[in-house]
Amino acid sequence: MQKILVIGAGHGAGQLLDSLRRAGCEDSLTLVGEESWLPYQRPPLSKKFLSGEMSQERLAFRPEDFYTRHQIDTRLSCRAVALDRDAARVELCTGELLPYDRLAIATGARVRKLAVPGATLDGVHYLRGIDDARRLREDWIDKQEVCVIGGGFIGLEVAASARALGKNVTVVEAMDRLMARAVSPDLSEFFLATHTARGVRVLLNAGVEELLGTEQRVDAVRLTDGREIAAEVVLVGIGVLPNQELAARAGLACDNGILVNEFTQTSDDRIVALGDCTNHPNALLGRRLRLESVHNAVEQARTAAANLMGQKLAYNQPPWFWSDQFEYKLQMVGLSEGFDQVVMRGEPETGKFSLFCFHGDQLLAVESVNSPGDHMVGRKLLAACRYPTHQQAADRDFVLKNLL
Amino acid sequence: MQVGKIFSRGDNVPTITLIAHTGEIHTLDVEEGTTVMEAAINNAVDGIIGECGGCCSCATCHCYIDSRWLDKLPVRGDLESEMLEFASSQAGPNSRLACQVEVTDALDGLVVTLPETQL
Ligand SMILES: Cc1cc2nc3c(=O)[nH]c(=O)nc-3n(C[C@H](O)[C@H](O)[C@H](O)COP(=O)(O)OP(=O)(O)OC[C@H]3O[C@@H](n4cnc5c(N)ncnc54)[C@H](O)[C@@H]3O)c2cc1C
Ligand code: FES
Repeated sequence: MQKILVIGAGHGAGQLLDSLRRAGCEDSLTLVGEESWLPYQRPPLSKKFLSGEMSQERLAFRPEDFYTRHQIDTRLSCRAVALDRDAARVELCTGELLPYDRLAIATGARVRKLAVPGATLDGVHYLRGIDDARRLREDWIDKQEVCVIGGGFIGLEVAASARALGKNVTVVEAMDRLMARAVSPDLSEFFLATHTARGVRVLLNAGVEELLGTEQRVDAVRLTDGREIAAEVVLVGIGVLPNQELAARAGLACDNGILVNEFTQTSDDRIVALGDCTNHPNALLGRRLRLESVHNAVEQARTAAANLMGQKLAYNQPPWFWSDQFEYKLQMVGLSEGFDQVVMRGEPETGKFSLFCFHGDQLLAVESVNSPGDHMVGRKLLAACRYPTHQQAADRDFVLKNLL
Repeated sequence: MQVGKIFSRGDNVPTITLIAHTGEIHTLDVEEGTTVMEAAINNAVDGIIGECGGCCSCATCHCYIDSRWLDKLPVRGDLESEMLEFASSQAGPNSRLACQVEVTDALDGLVVTLPETQL
């Protein structure tokens, strides 16, 4: 029996442990997590958990007894501070040394901090974990003016949740469109119109100069053009950084994430890494990338479990992601970066459409709004490298499924 | 953290039965408001994955509802129906996404069959 040690107790780690036991792994399993919670699902934190529609117990990835039943030793509220690869052990913040035969690093990502004067005032929030979401929920109960800095997925989901609670919301985005790093311009346009119609004030091309406050508590956001936005609560959603330091300090190769191959192997063959903290190759896309999505964490976890069990299962799928904003379900598959033409299927006015992003004849991505059928077929088309023509993609009477 | 409260039989909560593709039968006492997907996960029933955590985004929680119960369920939404068309196992008129079916008192006794595969 070998000792498998898992560092980081998030979504990927939960899936890894589940997959290992499901596959009949009888090794000793230890899970070390910095947060005080067993693995849970983050997506609702900016959506139904924030708006109060979903209780905390429903966030759990697996019930508590899953860990006891499967004899998984859990060390929560416990940070791994150093990795000694020569001695094959990990040092915890308590000073304890945990030896391993195989190590899995699933440390996820942390929020990027806003670096302007006033950023540490009370009332300035970030959103990554349950504790952050609870603080935000408690803080804004009796506040009305919410300013969201960053018009990406998290910022916009929080904006939608805050509107659902009747708050006044301003979104401040530095780029010239929403979710600019991840979606095509037409989709940004649709969500700009949606948020505006729902009463969110969206400011594009807007840089933050300073957060202003009275008695240590934020009350306004000053923009670089001098405008001041009233803000009793500020939520900063300006991206995340991979938690790669533990690995990097131990000499594992890192470059915008811990470098792994398609089997989740790091540069040390006893160590795998998975989820938001990794930078991995994707043969379908023909390049390396770092992703922040449940699908990526879950699939890399499955791959890592196979690897730890001595099997080779390459992770090689089109990435997919979803976001819920107001009554719209946005689902994306593939990466639209580098597209030269976008084909519309359906009509945005109906609130139900998909955008097919092409580079020449090659389909790069499908972005769907309230059109899960298009999303699902897009996943299959991209995985099989079967591309519809632009005409077929635009023609709603053409059954895309028939291409499979 | 208190998760997925599972009551012992006899408590006044609805009971549902999940029949795995292999024929294995799981009878579960489920707190009202829990979805069939959550009940399956919390009770370690194989055959439901629930990758998206119940956001109606992954179609890995496909199940077949015993026909006697079909009309007691709230109707299947358009988005759910679209997702089901792409479930890994063939969907039929009695197919649902288990994450969209909330257990209520009215569903006490519900019988659900699970498909061969979700992936
Ligand atoms: C608010 C929010 C909404 C989201 N919505 C969506 C969505 O709609 N769809 C989607 O696909 N994805 C969504 N995501 C992204 C998704 O949740 C992540 O991609 C996923 O959680 C990644 O899993 P992971 O296991 O890699 O990392 P995480 O889940 O982040 O887990 C990593 C864990 O490791 C711990 N850790 C870090 N360093 C150490 C250390 N040294 N020692 C011990 N423990 C450590 C961290 O505290 C953390 O608990 C969302 C994320 C957030 C925050
Ligand atoms: S859990 Fe994903 S669709 Fe039901």
